[in-house]
Amino acid sequence: MRRRLAPLLLNLALGVLALATLAPLLWMVSASLMPAGEASAMPLRLLPSRVTLDHYADLFERLDLGRCLRNSLLISTAVTALSLLLNSLAGYAFAKLRFPGRARVFGTLLAVLVVPAQVAMLPLFLLLRWLGLINSLWGVIIPGMASVFGIFLMRQYALTLPDEVLEAARMDGASEWRIYRSLVLPLCRPVLATLGAFTFMGTWNDFMWPLIVLTDQSRYTLPVAVANLMGEHVQDIELMMASSVVTVLPVLVLFLALQRYYLAGITLGAVKE
Amino acid sequence: MRSGPQAEWRAGWAFIAPALAVILLFFVLPVLGGLALSFTNFDIYAIGDPATASFVGLENYRTLLTSPLFWRSLGNTFYFVVVAGPLSVALSLLAALLVSSPLARWQGLFRTVYFAPVVTTLVAVAVVWRYLYHPRFGLLNRALEAVGVSAIDWLGDPRTAMPAIILVAVWKSFGYNMVIFVAGLQAIPVSLYEAARIDGAGFWRRFWHITLPGLKPTFLFVGLTTMIGYFQLFAEPYVMTAGGGPLNATLSVVLYMYKEGFRWWNMGYAAAVAFALFLVILAATVMQLRLQRGRVQ
Repeated sequence: MRRRLAPLLLNLALGVLALATLAPLLWMVSASLMPAGEASAMPLRLLPSRVTLDHYADLFERLDLGRCLRNSLLISTAVTALSLLLNSLAGYAFAKLRFPGRARVFGTLLAVLVVPAQVAMLPLFLLLRWLGLINSLWGVIIPGMASVFGIFLMRQYALTLPDEVLEAARMDGASEWRIYRSLVLPLCRPVLATLGAFTFMGTWNDFMWPLIVLTDQSRYTLPVAVANLMGEHVQDIELMMASSVVTVLPVLVLFLALQRYYLAGITLGAVKE
Repeated sequence: MRSGPQAEWRAGWAFIAPALAVILLFFVLPVLGGLALSFTNFDIYAIGDPATASFVGLENYRTLLTSPLFWRSLGNTFYFVVVAGPLSVALSLLAALLVSSPLARWQGLFRTVYFAPVVTTLVAVAVVWRYLYHPRFGLLNRALEAVGVSAIDWLGDPRTAMPAIILVAVWKSFGYNMVIFVAGLQAIPVSLYEAARIDGAGFWRRFWHITLPGLKPTFLFVGLTTMIGYFQLFAEPYVMTAGGGPLNATLSVVLYMYKEGFRWWNMGYAAAVAFALFLVILAATVMQLRLQRGRVQ
């Protein structure tokens, strides 16, 4: 009796927790497809009486959310590409190239990890203002071009690369840049995918810094635009839900596609203790 | 031989230089600048003309220590960290245990589902939750009404606003630590469980004497990262309670810093708030390290 009850209860618990986890997201999608006013109607409706894409059309045609979608895509892509390049260069050098000061510089970098990002925000704002980068997408991209965490992750992986292969290339007279480009980068593909997924999603979801730097509505990223829409359209539940779907869907799809690499990064980052 | 050690030196420094420059210029320098800024009365006039700012010593820190609003925000942040942290870690562990049980079906699917909130955009899901909490037509109250509980103004009542935000934070983040716990569980040798089973140890004894001790390093890591992350609470109150309401019940330290620095442009004072938070996080980290180290021995 007990033998058969245990699996049933366990799977029931898993199912209930899954439903509770998904409920807010499912309601978000459902409400975004309802005709205006239906999400707050009495009695309660869980599914739209008829499916409409009006709110999505409204967002893109009238409220110019497409522009914010483009800003988010541009910023996230640029940060991902640039930080992958810079972090992989540095991570590989810290792992495999011998040069004076290497250990000390790396140790100092790790110490930087304990400082929360907010501590840098006020002077960084003044610095970017001085550089003329406030209200420019570059103001979000440039500070994200390298990260200690990214360098650390790249180094951990690069440490596992076989020395003989690199040494052989050196013997053949390949330059260090060439070794990096045509040997190290291809060998690091899994960790590049991991770090890329992390960086893209982190940048896409970031709120506080874009909120500070981007002052003009046409420059907003999606999260900033959604928070701003909330001010004017708090009554339009279905519209707000549609804007949430537009913001969440790209990262959710990306996660499902790159799930293996993304989850690998979490455990890889956790080993550092 | 083209490349001697000298070439390797040069390449090494050349390879780390770009990343190092970005981190120095756009993080380390601003952090040091922030420390300097916190000793000045830098305000909105100083943005136009930095010469109007002057050195005021510890004045900002003195103001801070006597500001009821700062203490309120610090108290709220502690409330959030102390309740949401353990709740989130406990739910993560529970989910990890359920998902890794050999009796569980569709393990991959459940793991993906639990992880989904982690990758969603905080601002967007905070908007969703704001409607779920709506006193009249929110899903939560409608479900409660069905079982006879009268409507609760979740985000409008100072007593329930923070618990409501805590629920969102736990929902959003438990999947992340779950993945780490699952890896921690896999690292515990199966032979230990088998030996215990032969000795006739039941589920709870195995849990207490094998699983929990085996997860100690995981607990340390998860506890620290969760705590540090939760100290930086910002977007949830910004979006859900119109910036820290009702009656400042959800005003967090970071939100307070944001308002002082970027809304009222009291940048010197806001820099002091940021450094105070840094010190609090540092002290809490050291404390937790001591506490958990002690428990390991």
